[in-house]
Amino acid sequence: MLGQLIMEGLAIGACYAIFGIAVVIIYKTSEVINFAQGEMAMLSTFVAFHILTFYQWPFWLAFIGTMVFAVLLGVFIEFFFLRPAKDPSLLGLIVITLGAEMLLMGVAGWKWGAEQKEFSLPFSFTNTHELAGGVIINDWTIAVFITAACLMFFLYLFFKFTKLGVAMRATQQNQHAARIMGIRVERVFSFAWGASSMIGALAAMFFAARSTLDPAFMMEPFLRAFAAAVLGGLMSIPGVVIGGAILGLLENGFGYFWPEWKPIVAFLVIVVVLCIRPSGLFAKHYVKKV
Amino acid sequence: MDMKREYYEDIQLFESNVVLVWSVAFLIFIFTLPLYVPQYQFYLLNLMLVHIILAVGLNVLVGYTGQISLGHAGFFAIGAYGTTLLMLKLNMPFLLALPLAGFIAAFFGFILGLPALRLEGPYLSIATLGFGLTIMQIIGHWNFFGGRLGLQVPPLDIGFGYILKTDVSKYYLILIITVLMVIGARNLMKTRVGRAFVAIRDSDIAAEVIGVNLTVYKTLSFAVSAFYAGIAGGLFGFVLGYFNPEPFNLILSIIFLVMVVVGGLGSILGAILGASLITVLQFSLLKNIKEMPYVGDFLVNISTRWFTVVGLENFGSIVLGLIMIGIVIFEPLGMYGVWLRMKKYWRTWPF
Repeated sequence: MLGQLIMEGLAIGACYAIFGIAVVIIYKTSEVINFAQGEMAMLSTFVAFHILTFYQWPFWLAFIGTMVFAVLLGVFIEFFFLRPAKDPSLLGLIVITLGAEMLLMGVAGWKWGAEQKEFSLPFSFTNTHELAGGVIINDWTIAVFITAACLMFFLYLFFKFTKLGVAMRATQQNQHAARIMGIRVERVFSFAWGASSMIGALAAMFFAARSTLDPAFMMEPFLRAFAAAVLGGLMSIPGVVIGGAILGLLENGFGYFWPEWKPIVAFLVIVVVLCIRPSGLFAKHYVKKV
Repeated sequence: MDMKREYYEDIQLFESNVVLVWSVAFLIFIFTLPLYVPQYQFYLLNLMLVHIILAVGLNVLVGYTGQISLGHAGFFAIGAYGTTLLMLKLNMPFLLALPLAGFIAAFFGFILGLPALRLEGPYLSIATLGFGLTIMQIIGHWNFFGGRLGLQVPPLDIGFGYILKTDVSKYYLILIITVLMVIGARNLMKTRVGRAFVAIRDSDIAAEVIGVNLTVYKTLSFAVSAFYAGIAGGLFGFVLGYFNPEPFNLILSIIFLVMVVVGGLGSILGAILGASLITVLQFSLLKNIKEMPYVGDFLVNISTRWFTVVGLENFGSIVLGLIMIGIVIFEPLGMYGVWLRMKKYWRTWPF
C-alpha cells in the first residue's frame, strides 16, 4: 500500500518535474517567470489532438508535428511579445506572460470549445506490471520515468558540454557581459523559449492522457510544476526534479488521507519552506546589492 | 509642470481651484447619474465602483509598495463571505458587518504580509497565489460557507429603517463608500505611511537604512490593501445578491492585477480608470460581443468558418490578453501615462 502510494506520487512528481524543467529553462536564461507556460503546452496538446482526430495521422507523426508546432509557438511568443518590451520591470514581464496566457486560453476555447475531450497516448494505464513487493506499475508511469530520466541526462550534457548550453548559462549570469563575449543573446532567448515550449508540450501530453483535455486543463499542473520549481530554487534542474518528487509524494500522500485538502497542501508546505529558505531548497541566495 | 513650492501644497487634497471646481462638478455629475442613465446600467456601474475600490487598494500594494499579489481574489472572497456571514449568523447590522469584514480581511493581509518580508519577485507571487487558492478551497469545501451552492445575501438594511432593494439605491451607498475610500487612499499616500511605502518600492534596503521599519510598513501595506479588497468584496456580495465560490478564482486575481497595470501603477486616478475600462470590457462589451454592430456578425462568420461559434465567448480573454501585452509594450505607465501626455500637450499648446 505504502509502496503503491510512493510509486504513484513519484510518477506524478516526475510529470511535475518535466513541466517544471520547462519553467526553469526560461527562468534560467531570461529571468522571466512564464505564466503562459501551461497554456502554451495546452495549445500544443490541442494541436496534437486535432491532428490525431481530424487528419487521422499515426501517433508518432502527430507527435513530431506537435513538437515542431510547440517550438514555433515558443519562439513566436518570445519574438512578438517579450522582445519588443523595452527594459520592463519584473511586474511588467509577469503581466506580459499573464496576457499571453489569457490570449492562448481564449484561442483554444474559441477553436475547440470548452467541453472535455479524450486524449490518449500509446502508453496505456491498464497494461500493468507487478514489481517486487506487490507494487503495480503501468505503462504510462514507465514512459514518464523514462522521459524524465532521458530529459535530465540530455539537459545535463547540454548545459555542461555544448556551446549553446554554456551560452545560455552565461546569458543568465550576466546578459551584458555575454553580449560583449559575442553571444547573440536574443537568439539564446528564442532558443530557450522554443526548447521550453517543447518540453512543456511533452509534459502536457502526459497530463492530458491522465485526465482530460480542455482549455483549462493545464492550469493546475502548471501551478504545481511552478511550485515544484520554486521549491527547487527556480535555477537548478536537479533542484526542480527533487522539488517535483517532494511535491508529488506530499500531494499523493495527503490526497489519500484527506482528499479534499489535496489541492492546497502543497502550497502550504511551499510557503513554509519559502519562509525558512527564501530562495528555495537548492538555490544559492544572492545578496542583493543596492 | 507640477512644481510644489512648500509642504502644504503637497498635502492638500485639491491642487488648485480649477481641480476643485472640476472635482465638485464631477461629483455632482456622478451623484445625479440616475437622471441620465437607464436603470439597467446600474448593475454594471455598481460592479465598476466595487472594482474601483479594489483596484485602488491593490494599487497601494502593487503600485506604491512594489509588492506582487496574485491572491487578491482571496481577500475579495473574505470580504464577501465575511460581511454576509456576519449578517446572517450573528445578525449584525450592515454598517457594522462591512467594516468588520474589512478588518478580518486586513488581518489576513497582515498574515500574508509576514512571509512577504522575506520573499520577493517570483517567490512572493507563488506565496500569494497559494494563499488565494487556499481561501478558495476552504470556502468551497466547508458547509459553514455555503459550500459549492453559495450564499443568499440578506436584504441590505443600512439602519434607520432604510432597506435598499434597487440597483440605483445600492449605487448611492456604494458610491459614497467608494468616494470615501478613494479620498482615504489619496490622503494616505501623502502621509508618513504613504511616503514609507514609496520608499520601500524604490529600494527596500535604502528605505531601511533611512529608518523605515520594513516589518511594520510591508505588513501594513498588505493589510491596507486587503482592507480595501475586503470592503469591495462585502459590497460585491450585495451587488450580485447571490454568490458561490466560483467567481473568486485565479483568473479574477489576474483581472484585478490587469486593472491596476492597465490603469497605471502608482496612481489613484490610474486605478480608477483601469478598473472602469476593464469592468466594461470584461462584464459588458466582450460578454455580448455577438450583439455588437458590424464586429459581431464578422466574428460569427469567422467562427463558423474556422473556429466554433460556441467558443466565441472566449474572444473576451483574447482581447484582454492583447490589451495586457500591448500596455506593457507600448505604454508602461498605462492609461495614467496617456492622461499625463494629454495634459502636457494641452498645457504647452500650440507648441
